[in-house]
Amino acid sequence: MKLLRPTPPRPGRNGPNGPNGPPAAPAKPGAKEMAVEGTAGVVGWLDERTGTSTFLRFFLYRKVPKGTNWFYTLGTATLFAFLSQAVTGVFLAMYYTPDPTRAYESASRITNEVFLGEFVRGMHKWGATVMIILIFCHMARVFFFGAYKYPRELNWVIGVVLLVLVLMMGLTGYLLPFDQRSFWATVVAVNLNASGPIVGPYLADFLRAGAEFGPTTITRFYALHMLLIPGLIIALIGAHLYLVVKLGTTAPPWLKAEKKDLLREEV
Amino acid sequence: MADSPKFDKSSRYTEDRGIAGAFEGETVTRRRLMEGTVLLAGGIATMAFTLPAVGFSLGPVFEDTTPTRWQDVGPPGDFDDEVYVPRVINLVPEVGDPGKTTIYVRRFNQQRDAVVEGQEPQPYVAISTRCTHVGCPVRYVQASEKFVCPCHGGVYGFEGQNEGGPPVRPLDRFYTRVQAGRVQVGDRFSVNSEFERFSPRDPSNHLDGLWQYLYPARPTT
Repeated sequence: MKLLRPTPPRPGRNGPNGPNGPPAAPAKPGAKEMAVEGTAGVVGWLDERTGTSTFLRFFLYRKVPKGTNWFYTLGTATLFAFLSQAVTGVFLAMYYTPDPTRAYESASRITNEVFLGEFVRGMHKWGATVMIILIFCHMARVFFFGAYKYPRELNWVIGVVLLVLVLMMGLTGYLLPFDQRSFWATVVAVNLNASGPIVGPYLADFLRAGAEFGPTTITRFYALHMLLIPGLIIALIGAHLYLVVKLGTTAPPWLKAEKKDLLREEV
Repeated sequence: MADSPKFDKSSRYTEDRGIAGAFEGETVTRRRLMEGTVLLAGGIATMAFTLPAVGFSLGPVFEDTTPTRWQDVGPPGDFDDEVYVPRVINLVPEVGDPGKTTIYVRRFNQQRDAVVEGQEPQPYVAISTRCTHVGCPVRYVQASEKFVCPCHGGVYGFEGQNEGGPPVRPLDRFYTRVQAGRVQVGDRFSVNSEFERFSPRDPSNHLDGLWQYLYPARPTT
């Protein structure tokens, strides 16, 4: 916390002997002081050149309205669910092979042979469900607290796009274990896309990479799942958070505005 | 200088606006020209890699790469014109087992099968088990001569015509031929309620009435 405060005046500039007097005799620092000062020195060096502390003060130490409660943590919870998906997904990619004849084999190898593989795969699988539940809770909080109203409409729109992208992550990720269930569920899901008028058949062709569910369908889904959609999600989370910080959060609807009380007292 | 009455700020000529070094008759400042050039160059550079990449990913929508494969389903003696025989073929051998699908095969029935004017009937009727609702596998029930879908209750009659539930058209079929004493099954095709042949469509795509115009044939099929 100390590091986040404004930089104190440099030693010597205003020492114990006054601004123009000689600086105080330096005491011999112990090992602990040296370690603390060394760290502070590195952090200070970086901060002086990047302005990180200014940004963090602006980003984290904001004023929040009265009545802010645990429901306001749902968005951050969703963010952490996404980070968990990103980290476990990156490490799953080290063992997974997006090939129609080897995908199932590599996925079951992760579960059965790789050290902690079952745990990491389980985190990714169940984390996906948790993330979608958290998104809907977050969305419900914003809706019932009226936090989507002016001037925050655009943030609601960005949130809805994020919801759609996360659902697309669910769809593209479901195929990757390549067992019977994921294969046929994805076939049906693509057929549902094909039922859209005019664009549906073309959309299905795009998703399948052709008229039939072929050998490049899984690589296509893999690329969408781990590169394209996560990139879009990260970019939109950035925009979402920027607007949250810029516009601030809303008070819960059961709190009356204080202005009204003041007016009543004056009357 | 900016407030000097000597210069006309609203003039379209840079010379009149008092811009240093302006040429006579010049309307675009050099700063604006450079801005435009940089934006245009950046735009061209971005498009130069974005457009090929997008086209590359959209390629399969416009290009048919599926070859015709004739697959053996047995000798003609295995089939009669009243009873469907289930056979397994592989639609996409590249993906291994998941590419396999069950089809139901029987001989063309002179009395019961519809003949479409101008279209030579196939010697054998090979029915796809892909439901035309969203593509679940249907099962043939011999006793009632119906195809039944387990997912949403679609029901099809003896010829594969949709009779109940959500399916939008009859079950798809495959081209058939007899080659060297063996029955062979080729590409899939779709049929409308009159059993007219169409290029293979996705499940849920209508082929009758005004609905068919909402689901265009695709270049890939």
